[in-house]
Parts: sequence; C-alpha cells; structure tokens
Amino acid sequence: MIPPRGVAAGCRGGVGYKLLVAVGFMMTRLLTVWRSIGRSARAALPALALVVIATLLAAAARSPLAGPSFGPGPQGLRSVPVADSPAAAPASTGPAPAAPDTGVPVGAAVAAFDEILAARWREAGIDPADELTVLRRAWLSLAGTIPSVEEIRRFEADRTADRVDRWIAMLLADRRAADHLARRLARSLVGDAEGQFIVFRRDRFTDWLAGRLEANEPFDRVVTAMLAHGGLWTEAPEVNFITQAMSDDRLDANVLTARVSRALLGQRIDCAQCHDHPFAPFTQAQYEGLAACFGQVRVTGLGVEDDPARVLSIDLPPAVEEPMGEAPAGSRPMAPRTRKVPPRVPFGAEWWPAQGTHRQNLATWIVDPRNRRFHRALVNRCVAIVFGRAWHEPVDDLPDPPAAGAVTDPLDLLADDFRDHGCDLRRLLSILVGTRLFHLSSGHPLREDEAGNDAVDGAWAAFPITPVGPDAMISSLVQATSLRTIDRDSHLVTRTIRFFREVDFLREYGRTDDANGRPQPATIPQTLVRMNGRLARELVEANPFTATGRIAGLARDDRARCDLAFLAMLTRYPTTEERTALGDLLAAAPSRGQGMEDLCWVLMNSVEFRWNH
Amino acid sequence: MRDAVEISRRRWLQVAPLGLSFALPALPARAAARRGAERPGALVTIWLAGGPSQLESFDPHPGTPIGGPTQAIATSLPGVRIAAEYPRLAEMLDRFSLVRSLVSREGDHERGSHLLRTGYRPDPVLLHPGLGAIVASELAADGLEIPRFVALGNDPHPSRGGYLGATLDPYRVSDPGQRGQNLVPHVGSDRQARRLEGVERLSLSFAAGRAAAVRQTLDDHTRRGALAMMESEQLAAFSLDEETEAIRAAYGHTPFGRGCLVARRLVETGVRSVEVTLAGFDTHAANFTGQAAQAAILDPALAALVADLEARDLLDSTVVLVVGEFGRTPTINPLDGRDHWPHGFSGLLTGAGLVRGRVIGETDPQGLVRQPSDPIDVADLVATVLAAVGVDGSREVTTPIGRPMKLAAGRPVDRLLADRS
Repeated sequence: MIPPRGVAAGCRGGVGYKLLVAVGFMMTRLLTVWRSIGRSARAALPALALVVIATLLAAAARSPLAGPSFGPGPQGLRSVPVADSPAAAPASTGPAPAAPDTGVPVGAAVAAFDEILAARWREAGIDPADELTVLRRAWLSLAGTIPSVEEIRRFEADRTADRVDRWIAMLLADRRAADHLARRLARSLVGDAEGQFIVFRRDRFTDWLAGRLEANEPFDRVVTAMLAHGGLWTEAPEVNFITQAMSDDRLDANVLTARVSRALLGQRIDCAQCHDHPFAPFTQAQYEGLAACFGQVRVTGLGVEDDPARVLSIDLPPAVEEPMGEAPAGSRPMAPRTRKVPPRVPFGAEWWPAQGTHRQNLATWIVDPRNRRFHRALVNRCVAIVFGRAWHEPVDDLPDPPAAGAVTDPLDLLADDFRDHGCDLRRLLSILVGTRLFHLSSGHPLREDEAGNDAVDGAWAAFPITPVGPDAMISSLVQATSLRTIDRDSHLVTRTIRFFREVDFLREYGRTDDANGRPQPATIPQTLVRMNGRLARELVEANPFTATGRIAGLARDDRARCDLAFLAMLTRYPTTEERTALGDLLAAAPSRGQGMEDLCWVLMNSVEFRWNH
Repeated sequence: MRDAVEISRRRWLQVAPLGLSFALPALPARAAARRGAERPGALVTIWLAGGPSQLESFDPHPGTPIGGPTQAIATSLPGVRIAAEYPRLAEMLDRFSLVRSLVSREGDHERGSHLLRTGYRPDPVLLHPGLGAIVASELAADGLEIPRFVALGNDPHPSRGGYLGATLDPYRVSDPGQRGQNLVPHVGSDRQARRLEGVERLSLSFAAGRAAAVRQTLDDHTRRGALAMMESEQLAAFSLDEETEAIRAAYGHTPFGRGCLVARRLVETGVRSVEVTLAGFDTHAANFTGQAAQAAILDPALAALVADLEARDLLDSTVVLVVGEFGRTPTINPLDGRDHWPHGFSGLLTGAGLVRGRVIGETDPQGLVRQPSDPIDVADLVATVLAAVGVDGSREVTTPIGRPMKLAAGRPVDRLLADRS
C-alpha cells in the first residue's frame, strides 16, 4: 500500500507548473471563444480573462499547497489511500459521515413500497446488487457523476452495517446532488432552448433551484415561487420560469401552459392547443383557460409583474365570426379580431382561490393537497431520475388518478406520502433509493433473451439498465480521471478545467435525449467522439495530473493498477477472468504508462461505463 | 475580415460552367453511373447564419431611403438586379429561382433557425426534425458507410434529428476539407486492436446475466458502425486531396468555400443531406462592410458549387437551398447596422424538381409597407424543398409522444416546382 501522505507530498512541487498549464489551457479556450463569438461581445473578453487570471493567482497565493486535486479538503478527509484491495484499505481515514436528518423516518413508506413490488418478484430469482454497484448508481442518479476513488476508499473504510444508506443520505444532502437534480428538473421546467437574450437566464434559474433543493425547501413552495413571484430575472431568479416564454419581446403563454401541464400536472393538456385532445378528455377551451392564467403577465425592463387589467386575447381567423367577447373598443375596422379568454382550470375548479392574481391562484390550485396530479407528476419524474425510467411512461402523460383515498399502484403510495410530508423532495428521493428495487442487481436470469428481458423490465424485477446522459457521462469521465473528488470544494483551477471540458464535450457530443427527456443509445458520431476525440486522449493520457498517470506510477504492481483503474472507471473490482484478460494490456505495453492508457481507454469505451446499471 | 481569395474574371471563366468539366478528376465508376434526374435526390442547404440582409444581397433598393450605399447590378435574368457584391451569382442567376418575399413569424436567432429549418415554430415539448434530417430519413442511402446527413462549418444553432431520433442528427465537421473529425485512432493499429479486443472482452463480461439488455443497448452494433466508418474509402469525400487547385480556387480558399466543395463530394458519394454554414451575417453594427465581407465568401463558393453540380450532371437530382433565419430591417440603425427582420426577406433555390429563373415577391423599396407582395410563408418554402427533392411532406408520422405530425407544416409552392408550374 502506498501511504496517503506520499501521494500528496510527491505532487506538491508541481503546483506551480500545474497552474501554468491550467492558465495556458484556459487562454486557449478563451481564444477559441473569441473566434466563435460576435464582435459586439468581444470587447468584454479581455477584461474577463484578466479577472480569471487574477483570481487564479490570488487563489494560488492563498493556498500554496492546493493543487487541482491534491490539497486537503475542509474536513481533512480528502487524502487518497491508493490501496491494492479492500482488505488493504485503512481502517478509517476520518469519522464516518453522519446521515443528515431528513425529518420523518422513511422506513414505513419503504416497507410499504417493497411489499407491493414483492409479489412481482416472488417467482423470480433475484439477487441484490453489491454495495459498490449501489453506490455507483446512487451517484449517477442523484449527482450525475460516479464516485471518486477517494470516496470509494472512504466508503470501504467505513465499517458500519448501514453504510450504504448513510452514504446515500450524505450524498442527498451534498451540493452536487442539488446541482444535478436542479439540472434534471430544470429541463422539464424551462427546457433546453436559449430563450430570449437578457430576459431569460437559465443559469440563474437552475442555480436558484439548486439552492432550494439544497435547503430542502418544500417543493410546493418552490413551485409557487416560480409560478407566482414577480421581479427581475437576475434578482428573483425564479421568474425565469416565466421569462422562458418571451419571444420577440412578447410572452407566449403556450410555452408556459405546456410546461405547467406536463411538468407539474403530468398531463399533456397542451395537445389540445389547436383542437380538443384526441385521446384524453381535455378540450381546447380548457387549454385556453389554463393559458389565460398567464394573461395578466407583463414583462418590462423592471421585470415580471401582473397587470390586473390584462387578459389573454386570442387572435381569430379573419373569416371566422367572433364567438365570444367583442372587438376592442376603438379599434379600427382592419384591426385583428380577437376574443378574450378568462382563466379556467380543467378540473378541481373548487380549489381555485377567490382572490389573488391569476398566477397566484394557479400556483395555489396546482399545489392544493387535493390535486393528486401534481404529486403524482413529481413522484413519477423522481422515479425517472432515480431509476432511469418512469413508473408510467411517458413521464409527463400519466393516467387519471384514482378516486380519493384509493391506492392502486406504488405511484399513489409515494404521491400520498409526498403530499402528507410537506412535499419533501429529499424524503421522496430517500424513499426511492431506500427501496429494495434500488438495491437489486440489474442482472436477471430472464435477461438472456429479449422476451424475458422485456418481462423483467415490465415487472421491475431488476434494476433498469439505462444509458448515461451526456452531462453525466462527461462528468463521470472527468471524475474518473481524478483520484480525488471533484466538487465545489475542489480548487478553482480544477473546476474551471472541468467546466471547459464539459462545455467542449457537450458541444461536440450533442444531446441524446428523446422527446421525453430520456437519454438514448449513442450514435456512431458520438461513439467516434468517445473513441477518438481529443478529450478522450487527454483524459486517458498518463501524466502526473491524471488518474491514469498516477496509478501507473504509484501502484505497486499490475494487479493493483488493474484494480484501481476498475475502481476509478467502473466503481468495482475486476473479476479474476477480467484481471487476467485485461492484465494482458498492461503486460503487453512497452511502458506502464502506455499500458494504463490502454486499460483506461478500454474501460471508458465499455458498455458498462456508459450505462447505469 | 475579407479572407476570400480574389479570382480574376479570366480565371473564373476557365473553371466556370463550360470550362469546369476539363478540370474534373476521374470519377469512380459507381458514382459516375448514377447521374441525372434518375439519381436519388439530395439536398444541400447553404445556411447563412445570423440573418443575411436581403437589401445587401438579392433584393437591393439602391437610391432609396432604405437602400444604403449598396449598389445593384444586372443579372442573367432580364430586369432582375442583385447587389453588386455578388457578380458571379449575377452571371448565373437564371439557374436559380429567387423568392424575395419570405415571411417568418420568429425574429429570434434560435427560434427563427428552428422555423426556417423545420417549417414549425419551436414547440416546448416536441423537437421537430430539420429539413436535412427529414431528407436523410426519407431517402434511401444504400451502401453508404458514412453518415447520411453531414453539417459542415460551425452553426450556432445546429440542425437536429428531433423526434426522428439522434441517429439523424448531422455528423458535424467544423473544419471542412480535413478527413473528418474523430476518425483516426490515437494509437497504432496493433495497439488499437488490443484495445478493441479488451472492449469486446469487457462487453462479454458485462453481458453475463443481462445479455438481451446489452444487445438492446446497440453498443456492439454502433461500435462496429464507427469502425466501418473509420476504415471506409468513402471518407475520401471529406478530403480535398483529389481536387485540383483550379477547382479549390474557384470555390475560394475559405472554410466556407472548402465546405461547399466537400458538400459536392459528399453528394457525389451518396450522402443525402449536407448543410454548409456561413456565419457572420448578424450585422447590428457596420452592416454594409459586414455583409460585403460575407458576400465575398459566399459569391464564389455558391456559384462554383452550382456550376460544379451542373457540370457533373448532379444538379438535376440535388436541391440547393440558400437561406438564413430571417432578413434585416429596411431601416438603418445609428450604428450603421440593420436589425432582425422576419417580415420579408430572400432565399435562393435551384436544382432537382425546381423551376429555374423564376422570381417571386417584392418588398417595398421605400420600406413603408411591412408585408411584401406575394408573401411566401417559410413553412411553404420547407414543403417546397421537400417536394422538389422527392419527399412527400404531407406524410403523417407518429411522433414518440404519440402525436401525429406531418413532415411539412406548409404546402409546396407549385410555381417553384417544375412538374406543377
């Protein structure tokens, strides 16, 4: 075993050089950006570059020992024992993390959920997943990355019986989880489009949402804030939910209606925009009534506000007689004919408050405890985040809820629990990751043939195997090439390099989500990016700054190198057969570094790395 | 910056339509056998990102309050004048149809690009496929080992496969003329073989207990496709090594010029859809110098592309569409720029199934009337292009969200289609 101090001490001398490399790296990126942006924005970049460099130098001056991945963390727990095996790991590198208090115990809900599913598993021979596999899927689902070797070593050093549950609880309280979950939820709330320049700030909205999630604010309050609050998009970031609908300085209520309908009600009422819904009982009039809830909104240079005198007007085709309302007073004969639409909700009209702006009333109506669609929609989306697939697919088109009080499937069980415990999203996620389903192996005897595989998936008889999305993939790639955890505590240089790498990768790799937001299998060009792209080469390159190089230089022998590479990339140890087969890569190479590069490239391009299992 | 290489008129005539065939390299027998209208359709979209000014290109109004300093020149179409910055296109405008009255409903770059490319306004819950993806999806590409849909250049709002799937996202090449991105392994062949063997072994290991699930990942299939592409002789289509200096010079020694030349090579190889992007038209300031700089790049490249396709008997099967997300305002702002204007702008079309030499629409020379005469909705332009290339835009497909959707939102403009006008 190589002592932890040796790892850290051996790298201290390279901090200055690394800083130089990092600055050079960023300057290259800035030059790229310089070439790709318009002239008008270029004027600001030199100043920005100076600020970045000054910040880096200041950070280096304050923390001379803090390299990108070598400095001690705030708790003194961040040194990395490069152990050969679990048995060789130190007994403890610090106190075991305490599970954050999530309020009400979730055990009863977990047990009830498991009981409902147990009947479906009774006839199947089902194995639980090993702890490291559960750790990996928890990290991928909740934090959008894989655990670092540092975290794995600390986990292995934790000898307590309930370490998996406690480590996942710790992750749920981690800012990484808040950031990732905010990104996932934001995609359903504000989509991917850039939106109108200046008035829509997705980054502000996502950061605000992450803050709310980190504080574990009841989600009904979060929804109320983004639906009903006013103000400027920078000072009140929640209003970016509203300004996402701005186009050509006009608010498109259709955008907001679709978001509310799908993300917050789990219904595709927006399909009734042009005509009555062909399959569901929603009518065009109901759609328009929902859209009219945004009819009072006015967006000015001072921000979002509501004007009680405003009402949604819908243009009429020129040849159609106006069925409702009258032409605006004083309008010229050739003015567009419109009809005014009052707000109206498609169900639960009795929950609509008597007073308030239309948006306030809509928010109150949506989060009303009697509105089971709201709680079911949130639960179904969280199931999709945790398991990679929703309980009901597509995730935003749920069947009608059962009658009040009836619980006919686990979704209702969880939705009622979510409602009864103050829309506590962290509790909901704790329940989901605490279920037996989350701890099952993804392997199953029936998965050998297609019919059996479909049956397993249909019965949720094994953990679903789903593709890792592009965001999580690049985060995992970057994490896998650092032995230390990369998070908000990491050095500014590390985080900056990660930021640019993620941006570059996503620009080239592109999105793979389908219309329902589910990641899809990679395409041929994407496979080429992974196999032959510049980033792939940089990440597996054996140098003192990558996990590849450090493992090659510091691990005791090829067996230890193989084990560490597997831990870093796949969060598990190799089997004996794998160790033998892939060990040949190390043995056949003319140098340790080259062998490690080959092994890491293989692991990075394996199906196992790219699929959550 | 004006980085196009100037080509003398004499030099241009040497490689222009009638003379170009002398410079042609020998063609592979298979490709040479498929020529004329019988050849399967293809689409080349020349995407002018940022919003080209119609007043500084194909719809100038010199001497009017909105015309600015731009001058107009006569073209090969009697009575039709275009901006003086496009002399080569002026000489061959009779081979195009020109629409001067395109009307969009989106004045934002991202939304306008989406509408122009798909025919549909952006939908918050459904991503519509771009023209290129539809063409690649609907037209067979037998024997093609490289992607059916290729995008050349850096497009700020790239086209997508939308609900047709990520497999119809374009293969993007940011620096046209190179062999293609990410196609060369980082290591030698022996080492690469060992690496691939390792991946295979690891896949087998992972498949234990989940064989069908791993098959459904399509991982093996996709990797084999990637390896086949890396070794394909068709990759030569991305390279310009086989092209003579005369042809390269005709297209212009610019990234965009090289992109147009690569586009011709890709179409010749059997790629169904190619987009070539020329960015830099968003001239909110210094409009006239900015648009002129872009014209110096666009004019030779586009003229050479159309002449080259025609000389190789590929134009009868290939539609060339030249358009941006919108036009620019008739008014000139205090920064000597023009802003976004979706209410009447220009697009050029030529090739398979299209009438040539037709000019549709007219904008107000005084800039007082917003609506152009004979307006053509951009959704109808998309439907027209699909019809011209042989795709039935009225075909209804079921999207992944279960919503039936026509491939084209608009209706083809019969006057632009050779078999309907």
